[in-house]
Amino acid sequence: MSLAQAIPPLQEASAPPPLLEIRSLAKRFGPNEVLKVVSLNIASGEFITLLGESGSGKTTMLRLIAGFEQPSSGEIWMNGERLDTLPPYKRRVNTVFQQYALFPHLNVRDNVAYGLRATNAPANDIDTRVADALRMVKMETFATARPATLSGGQQQRVALARALVNRPLLLLLDEPLCALDANLRKAMQIELKSLQREVGITFLFVTHDQEEAMALSDRIALLRNGALEQIASPREIYSRPVTAYAAQFIGQTNVLRAEVHGGIASCRSLRWAARGPDGPALFSLRPEAIHLVAAESARSDLHDQSGFTAIVKQQLYGGSSELLEVDCDGQLLRVKIPARGALSGAQEFTFSATDAVRVAE
Amino acid sequence: MSATAITKGRAPLLAVYSTLVFAFIYLPIVVLIVYSFNRDGVGGFPPRHLTLNWYRQLFADAAIWTSVLNSLIVAAGSVALSLTLGLLAALALDRASFPGKSLFRRLVLLPLILPGIITGLSLLMFAVYAHANLSLLTVFLGHGTALISVATTELFAGLQKMDRAQEEASLDLGATPLQTFWRVTLPNLKLSLIAAGLLIFTLSMDEIAVTFFLIGRDNTLPLEIWGRLRRGITPEINAISTLIFAVSVALIVIWFRLRTRATRRNFEAV
Amino acid sequence: MYSRVYKSLVSVPPLLWVGLFLLLPYALMLAHSFWLVRDGVLIHHWNLQNYRNLVTNAVYAEVLWRSMRIAASVTLCSLLLGYPLAYYLSFHAGARKEILYQLVIVPLWVSYLVRGYAWKTVLGSEGVLNGFLQYLHLTRAPVGFLLYSPFAVILMLTHIYTPFVFLPIYAALEHIPRPLVEASQDLGAGPLKTFLRVVLPLSLPGLIAGATFAFVLSLGDFLAPLLVGGASGTMIANIVQSLFGAAYDWPLGAAISVGILLITVSLLFFTERLEKRWSFR
Repeated sequence: MSLAQAIPPLQEASAPPPLLEIRSLAKRFGPNEVLKVVSLNIASGEFITLLGESGSGKTTMLRLIAGFEQPSSGEIWMNGERLDTLPPYKRRVNTVFQQYALFPHLNVRDNVAYGLRATNAPANDIDTRVADALRMVKMETFATARPATLSGGQQQRVALARALVNRPLLLLLDEPLCALDANLRKAMQIELKSLQREVGITFLFVTHDQEEAMALSDRIALLRNGALEQIASPREIYSRPVTAYAAQFIGQTNVLRAEVHGGIASCRSLRWAARGPDGPALFSLRPEAIHLVAAESARSDLHDQSGFTAIVKQQLYGGSSELLEVDCDGQLLRVKIPARGALSGAQEFTFSATDAVRVAE
Repeated sequence: MSATAITKGRAPLLAVYSTLVFAFIYLPIVVLIVYSFNRDGVGGFPPRHLTLNWYRQLFADAAIWTSVLNSLIVAAGSVALSLTLGLLAALALDRASFPGKSLFRRLVLLPLILPGIITGLSLLMFAVYAHANLSLLTVFLGHGTALISVATTELFAGLQKMDRAQEEASLDLGATPLQTFWRVTLPNLKLSLIAAGLLIFTLSMDEIAVTFFLIGRDNTLPLEIWGRLRRGITPEINAISTLIFAVSVALIVIWFRLRTRATRRNFEAV
Repeated sequence: MYSRVYKSLVSVPPLLWVGLFLLLPYALMLAHSFWLVRDGVLIHHWNLQNYRNLVTNAVYAEVLWRSMRIAASVTLCSLLLGYPLAYYLSFHAGARKEILYQLVIVPLWVSYLVRGYAWKTVLGSEGVLNGFLQYLHLTRAPVGFLLYSPFAVILMLTHIYTPFVFLPIYAALEHIPRPLVEASQDLGAGPLKTFLRVVLPLSLPGLIAGATFAFVLSLGDFLAPLLVGGASGTMIANIVQSLFGAAYDWPLGAAISVGILLITVSLLFFTERLEKRWSFR
């Protein structure tokens, strides 16, 4: 045996083990299958979002991880130990509730200290940790206030502090921003993101708002009718959706039913280069991928360009952009272009074939 | 160790304890009913020789049925009186402001919270000073007055739940306040009125403490039973008690049907 | 929206009625407490003798003290029975909650007299319980203290007031949002700690309301002692009753009634403040 064979090759630094492992988790309420055998892993320190419509099972999954529901089948593991057999008060998991669930009979400080007191943390420790937590969410001046006197946004920060002060391994957030108005929501999103970076705790965020999910997450797990549709980073899920549902749920898109034949996909009078087997296929083409030829920045450097003529039917002005609804020989398309004033009649459009993503049903 | 889901957890000790509490609440009544069929009267164990004798004796007992009739008359009158004054009071509390409003509200509640003897004696003194003879009339006035707050509370809640815009719409469309009251307000309060009426009826039928001091020659049912109890126990009393229990259960079933209908109505309206 | 006429029309009749048939009688009771009876005749001479009598008379003090002890026992027992029952229904009964709730309410609608009579038949020396014990050969002779004792009064009144105490506690428990209970457990508090730190404090207004009701009404009860109390189970309201009956001394009876009224009203006032302090809507 040669020396080269005797010394085993250097191992690639293997990816760190996942913090949370969800193994074939399923949940049934009577005849209703709310969660249908879902498996996914959550890495330590990541911001992952469970995204889906109501009824998709995202809240149920959150509650299963928190311990408020029991799985019908499957297991949850955390750091190599079984999690789903533990009651909620024994899990190193904390939750920020949708309606905040602050204790009305306790003031802010006592609310935040609640978990530390319940688990018998040393008294001096409690005071400092509570003060730090309140400072972190910028609520230190409200320490003696009662929850009823606080606004929605303030209550939410207290709820955050109350959960984080316990230094959980995983923080669950159940649509925490949906009760806030639009501007406050945007501000809180930014704060949440930087908070997570600062604290380094793994966040599992549940929402039905895809914009929110895209803005905040390292990864998005899209749920549909209790099953996992796709799990990927926001950029990946946006530019390479796996199914038509994923393409339509996240951002806007045009779903084109086409026939692929010899490397060309055709849909009515549209033609573009396509890969993959022949036969009927669905394609997702984002509105912003379609360009107006008449625009000064006509990009001639695009590969595999396909052009078409269409009649502008509707135009929605959006400040920095226009959303056009155009009719190309009976095929309606949405087109998003930079703002340029009113358009009408027949116009020339072009798009790159690589932007037409082939998706499953 | 198995996890416990919070609101759906089984708590075996608590379940056992709750069963015992239920047993405590129901056993005496069950005993009462069983012994109304016992030939050898009340007492001893176990009951043998079941019979309907006591019921037969009960049905032949004229005095009891006269007292039942008296009670019914008083109860019906009390319902009318309490509902009328209670409705006015509820409207007043809901819509008018006047000096002493909170004092009024508390005063009306007093007969319910104070021990009956105090209200009964006060009314007795009043009757004496008014040179009134004690009779079913004084009993009726006593019940009607004491039970006003039952009507007021229920009807006030009904008014609060009512959609004010309906009355405004009625006035806007040209109806007078009186017509509005008759055609809009009252129908909206229908369920509250019936529920309050049922409750007042039951409370009046069972009333003893106040009645004790205002009764004249004619007995109400509770006082008729009371009089016999002083003389000795007979299973006939078990029989009439069983009948009272049966009627109470029937009334409460009606009450619950009404309540669920009311809440369902509210959901449909939304 | 409502005219002066409308408002007068709805407020005047009840005000007049209540003024005449409630305020006046209570005032009359108060007035009587300051009058006298001499040689069987009522004299409208204003004085404080009745109250002096009340405070110095040992018998009255003893009976009043016994009444308060009985009322306190009834309240305590009703709470011990009613609270866990309400808790079980609210948090653990699930689908059967509605039916069980109705089952608790039914006895409330059954005549007080009927229930008192039931206990009388159960507890007597010839009664059902003694018969049962002897049938099982647990005792050979009838147990005497069961009936005609303070014990019997407490037992009967507890039976009467447990559903009364149950109602406001159940309502308060139902009002506690379940996410609060989940949040408490999420933060590390087990079921017992969650109960003591979240559920119990938030249910306090209902508990106070129920307890006050049970205490006040037990204190002034005169029927239970007559039915099952016997000589040793006499309560303060019985003394009042006899003063208005055979022992003809209305002023003294009125004075004792006013005393009961004062205890009741101050207790109500005090517990109302407590309820407000512990209410977190």
